[in-house]
Amino acid sequence: MKRYSGFSLLKNALSYHENWQKVWRNPTPKKDYDVVIVGGGGHGLATAYYLAKVHGITNVAVVEKGYLGGGNTARNTTIIRSNYLWDEAAQLYELSLKLWEGLSQELNYNVMFSQRGVLNLGHNLQDMRDIERRVNANRLNGIDGEVVTPQRIKEIAPLINISPESRYPILGASWQPRGGTARHDAVAWGYARGADALGVDMIQQTEVTGIRRAGGAVVGVETSNGFIGARKVACVTAGNSGVVAAMAGLRLPIESRPLQALVSEPIKPCLDTVVMSNAVHGYISQSDKGDLVIGAGVDSYNGYGQRGSFHVVEHTVQAICELFPAFSRVSMNRQWGGIVDTCPDACPIISKTSVEGLYFNCGWGTGGFKATPGSGYVFADTVANDRPHALAEAFNLDRFNTGALIDEHGAAGVAH
Amino acid sequence: MLLIYCPNCLEHREEEEFSYGGEAHIARPLNPETLSDTQWADYLFFRKNPRGIHHEMWYHATGCRRYFNATRNTVTYEILETYQVGTQPQITGTDA
Ligand SMILES: Cc1cc2nc3c(=O)[nH]c(=O)nc-3n(C[C@H](O)[C@H](O)[C@H](O)COP(=O)(O)OP(=O)(O)OC[C@H]3O[C@@H](n4cnc5c(N)ncnc54)[C@H](O)[C@@H]3O)c2cc1C
Ligand SMILES: [Zn+2]
Repeated sequence: MKRYSGFSLLKNALSYHENWQKVWRNPTPKKDYDVVIVGGGGHGLATAYYLAKVHGITNVAVVEKGYLGGGNTARNTTIIRSNYLWDEAAQLYELSLKLWEGLSQELNYNVMFSQRGVLNLGHNLQDMRDIERRVNANRLNGIDGEVVTPQRIKEIAPLINISPESRYPILGASWQPRGGTARHDAVAWGYARGADALGVDMIQQTEVTGIRRAGGAVVGVETSNGFIGARKVACVTAGNSGVVAAMAGLRLPIESRPLQALVSEPIKPCLDTVVMSNAVHGYISQSDKGDLVIGAGVDSYNGYGQRGSFHVVEHTVQAICELFPAFSRVSMNRQWGGIVDTCPDACPIISKTSVEGLYFNCGWGTGGFKATPGSGYVFADTVANDRPHALAEAFNLDRFNTGALIDEHGAAGVAH
Repeated sequence: MLLIYCPNCLEHREEEEFSYGGEAHIARPLNPETLSDTQWADYLFFRKNPRGIHHEMWYHATGCRRYFNATRNTVTYEILETYQVGTQPQITGTDA
């Protein structure tokens, strides 16, 4: 892999940028692999990278039915934070946040991680009590956070409307300065490039259609391009996880729902932080290109169609106009949906299964982008050693039988 | 926006009048005290979540305020039929 640097930019400029090395190879699949990863989203690619980098397992393929990073990784609003309530979740998301902080250097790829801070607004007394509780819990876990007043919110985001006369007045917020955003594609591409350089094969346009087993253990995957043998199969397929689990006769406590987002026309810089509100169902940031990036609430019904209902978007835009009256004049450019894998306790499943050599990493629902590095890290460790990583243990599939759920609806909920 | 035919009000109404009630035809356990943890988990948390035909409950919140069932394709979102709670669907299968 040729490293990117100021010097390489200069050198390639001399040849009119026509000789840049391909970011990854496009190999034909081998007969078999030590590990086949199903799903080439950010989580699958991060898993591949850490398998190769940390565990030295390089005979790995990532099998993706579309193109790399084209699923929810491409469709999300890229909010990153780690201020979750419960210890288990907070530690997992905080591991992720720490990895984000060094990720561009680690991957030699600019993932445009921008720690512009995240505000979670409170609009009523109960919101504020929950925020106080969550921030206190965060601080006990060594995670940065403060409870801020409306005046302080106004300093951070001057365009916001803190009038007590508004329909849902802002009473305060939690503020995590280390939170922020990153460039979604870059994360997928950076991990793919890093994994490819270590020998991992990226197999695109290849759908997994079956999981072949023999004597209770996995032996490979059937795909639209034929059988690929594997000693271990790690599934990271977000909204399609239930469908993939059924291929191995397994069930997951997951429901797949549309989640929508939209972006405006690019405008001058006016919002240099992330503002989220669970209560009014909206969250917003501004990309480096200038577009306002707005996320909606999740649609209520199950679906796989990668689109949702218009009134959900309308509702969100109403909330945004209420929070930022100035944005009522901004035109929206594009709107889309992704299919998110919602779990009963709003927490992921990172787990071995009853089939030997078959692992699942799913259930991230509306908020897994922020977890991409940490998720890949602990999942790679789980797959490599065939036992849960310490931070993944609580997220096993069996918790739905034992009742040891990790209720993060407050911190995850509709927000990301 | 889905247009949903309410089998009680006998007309198509906009999705905003309804709320989604999840998978239909889940029977409440008759002898809860004899259920194993796995059976409880199954009843509480595990849903079919199919890609294709899905039988589901809807609640007509701003209309008749009653639940009914619908058969919907979860890929095209087309609603193939709506029917009363306690009756069986005409359309079954799993095709996407
Ligand atoms: C509108 C929206 C906004 C969001 N906003 C945020 C946010 O602000 N912050 C945040 O943290 N999270 C957010 N999320 C959630 C986040 O996008 C996801 O949790 C995360 O990207 C999941 O990553 P993944 O790699 O697991 O899934 P994906 O990127 O969806 O990757 C899964 C891949 O598996 C592939 N696949 C599926 N089935 C098969 C098969 N049979 N064979 C081969 N390949 C298959 C798919 O094609 C896909 O590429 C948002 C999601 C949406 C939809
Ligand atoms: Zn009705």
